Amino acid sequence: MNASTKEKVADLVATFKSTGRIVIVGASLAGLRAAEALRKEGFTGKLTIIGDEPEEPYDRPPLSKQVLKGWVPADHTKLPRARQVDAEWRLGVAATGLDRVNKQVRLANGEQVPFDRLLIATGTRAREWPNKKEAALEGVFTIRTSNDAARLQKALAAKPSRVLVIGAGFVGSEVASVCRELGLPVTVVERASAPLVGALGGVIGAIAAEMQRDHGVDLRTGIGVKSLEGDGKGHVRRARLSDDSVVECDVVLKSLGSIRNTEWLQGAGIAAGFWGVGCDAGCRAFDINGVVTDSIFVVGDIARFPYVLYEYQFLVLEHWDNAVLGAQVAAHNMVSLEADRWPHLPLPGFWSGQFGVNIKSVGVCSFGNEIVFTQGSVKERRFAAAYGRRGRIVAAVTFNHAKWLEHYGAQIERSAPFPPPPAGYDRPPELKPVPAEFPDPHVTTSLPTVILTGHDPTERGAEFQARVH
Amino acid sequence: MRVVVDLNRCLGYAQCVFLAPTVFELHGEEALMYDPNPDDATRLKVLRAAAACPVQAILVERLGDKEGSATS
Repeated sequence: MNASTKEKVADLVATFKSTGRIVIVGASLAGLRAAEALRKEGFTGKLTIIGDEPEEPYDRPPLSKQVLKGWVPADHTKLPRARQVDAEWRLGVAATGLDRVNKQVRLANGEQVPFDRLLIATGTRAREWPNKKEAALEGVFTIRTSNDAARLQKALAAKPSRVLVIGAGFVGSEVASVCRELGLPVTVVERASAPLVGALGGVIGAIAAEMQRDHGVDLRTGIGVKSLEGDGKGHVRRARLSDDSVVECDVVLKSLGSIRNTEWLQGAGIAAGFWGVGCDAGCRAFDINGVVTDSIFVVGDIARFPYVLYEYQFLVLEHWDNAVLGAQVAAHNMVSLEADRWPHLPLPGFWSGQFGVNIKSVGVCSFGNEIVFTQGSVKERRFAAAYGRRGRIVAAVTFNHAKWLEHYGAQIERSAPFPPPPAGYDRPPELKPVPAEFPDPHVTTSLPTVILTGHDPTERGAEFQARVH
Repeated sequence: MRVVVDLNRCLGYAQCVFLAPTVFELHGEEALMYDPNPDDATRLKVLRAAAACPVQAILVERLGDKEGSATS
């Protein structure tokens, strides 16, 4: 590039930073941290943040713990600001469409918000109970928003005779833990063989199951809920399970996992669907053909990006720090030229406090197919275990053993051998890898929503096809 | 006052529990639970806890900024 071109390009960047318009759709953790990062990057142009919830950005992890326990009110988890964001906040109004050609976001109230750069951070929502009539019964709850948490906390404080938790993922297990702390009888029904199986596999799941039962949870696995039944006043009173047994209960929590909020992008020509929004490792969204866009970025729970450590497979990381770190990378790349762009390469990690145990993980456990206990004691529920695939360590999990997580993280980052060499402390008598027992990933969970059309290179492309429900 | 703890970073050293026991507590041996909106009277203690955290996982808001409460 000659000197005058260089100068012109630098001028363009400076002009964009001072007069450009950036719109962030999604006003939760990722959206807020991206807004702060944009200001830190020197963006002084117009910044608009759109969120469907009326509340300003708040933290969700405390909702299923401190809040349900009754220690912290549900509206007391608002996120601290790292810096002034000086944005126009459009809260309580959902984005309903994206017009890529005219660069506008459509809002539920019919308004159009123009942008030069867009950041998609719409996250996920709780999966609904398929039977709407049953879901509408009084006493049937979900937990995703602070409003949900406030309602469920109130119901638990009223000392129900029994709580039924449907689904033993992290949220369901944490809620069951809080119920036991509150002295409430609780039944947990899980379709898989044990709690936490999707994230941590069957070997760890079996330990989680023991933990639940030791704390007095009536845990029933390999079983589903067939129907929820109410009394004459429309309040839930019992659940019928797939083995025809009946659980009497007056509070039901549906914790059935999450659905990605991508419906508003239907027809926008973006690679968005039930899988999330496809993007590169620099947070730039793909269009529907899988070609990278220059002005649309995506971050947080819905961003599906290729991950170097895991054979460049496209992963979605629904983790707290993925939102925080991704926000910094997305913001930086939104105001930088190609040569200055950063990759988003976090070491995935999450935590869950339940039944007095701190469960933490690094890497992607489900990418592994073997597991080996490397430190501590399973019996005392204080241990570390490593996950391996093809002779390499890909993840680790700790139960009340978090101080060693960094040690495993460093091994995962350099794809060290599996089983890992014994740690210098607290070794079990033998290190013997066993199958990690993850569910079969080949089981179909969704139908395709995109088809290919056209033959000539000029008209060849992908087209969105709405699914018939 | 708004507080958030990066619990990915937190390793359960519990310095904050000693310094601000009404705001931070351990659930079991190492799972941290905390009040994300503690009373302003605890501010000094919380700031000390944030400063003492060996892994610097505690973020305390230092802005007097009320923006964000505006709705459409």
